[in-house]
Amino acid sequence: MTVFAVIFYLFACTAVASALLVTLARNPVHSVLWLILCFFSAAGLFVLMGAEFLAMLLAIVYVGAVAVLFLFVVMMLDVDFAELKDGMAKHMPIGLLIAVILTVELMLIVGVWAFADAAPAMRQAVAPTPEDVENTVALGQLIYTDYIYMFQVAGLILLTAMIGAIVLTLRHRTDIKRQNVMEQMSRDPAKAVILTDVKPGQGI
Amino acid sequence: MDDLLREYLPILVFLGLAIGLGLVLLLAAAIVAVRNPDAEKVSAYECGFNAFDDARMKFDVRFYLVSILFIIFDLEVAFLFPWAVSFQYQGDLGFWSMMVFLAVLTIGFIYEWKKGALEWE
Repeated sequence: MTVFAVIFYLFACTAVASALLVTLARNPVHSVLWLILCFFSAAGLFVLMGAEFLAMLLAIVYVGAVAVLFLFVVMMLDVDFAELKDGMAKHMPIGLLIAVILTVELMLIVGVWAFADAAPAMRQAVAPTPEDVENTVALGQLIYTDYIYMFQVAGLILLTAMIGAIVLTLRHRTDIKRQNVMEQMSRDPAKAVILTDVKPGQGI
Repeated sequence: MDDLLREYLPILVFLGLAIGLGLVLLLAAAIVAVRNPDAEKVSAYECGFNAFDDARMKFDVRFYLVSILFIIFDLEVAFLFPWAVSFQYQGDLGFWSMMVFLAVLTIGFIYEWKKGALEWE
């Protein structure tokens, strides 16, 4: 198990260090790149825990898509760094206050957290144990049948997100020419080309 | 558990190789390459004239729309993986629940197609 421990600490240290660098990096684009490294290390940790599907999702969805979205946000923000630093001293006290309140609240929540006695038995996920089937198969046996309502709600949420994104960001410009494929294909030479008989020396 | 780790060993080897190769290339460039910068060499080059403004500028929000739509369909595909892997274990209910899920997202797809969200201007 020593190899296991070495790999675990390697990934864990990378994750913590890159997470720190996300917040400490001056350039927001570098922050996003450190965030990607953090996602990868977390994926490694998931693999060590035997959660292969989550590791794959982290690589595909977070690294492949969410990180790109973050890059877009960072590039769209048009941040003026000098202006940001000016406000730092002014907003520091209230920022610290909010941080302290959040920390206290989190500690209160974690401090009084307790499972109900019946809670472990009520989970449906205890049915197939991950020992005899693979992780992804075990998930697949649960999501689509036992958790069918939540699965359908997930689909509806994705639909809402799609429509919301289109409604919020799509605007049609009318001052530009668009390609109309049907119109292009239904053109024929008889309508597109005219032969005119030009008399010599007169022009059209 | 050990079997699992043994299966992932090639990926670990690849990871090590990638990190090693990256470090070697970076260090080789730092050590071997001739570096002799001056103000003209390091200035931004924009095809013969001075750069108009900063490279960091706002860009169109529709890039963002494309990437949001990409994420949504990425998630849809992510739901398909466990379904496909465990297909033999789930009966009609699993099959039809996925079909309904896909139908809902197809409605969204038709909506965005008809709205012209996939078209560039």
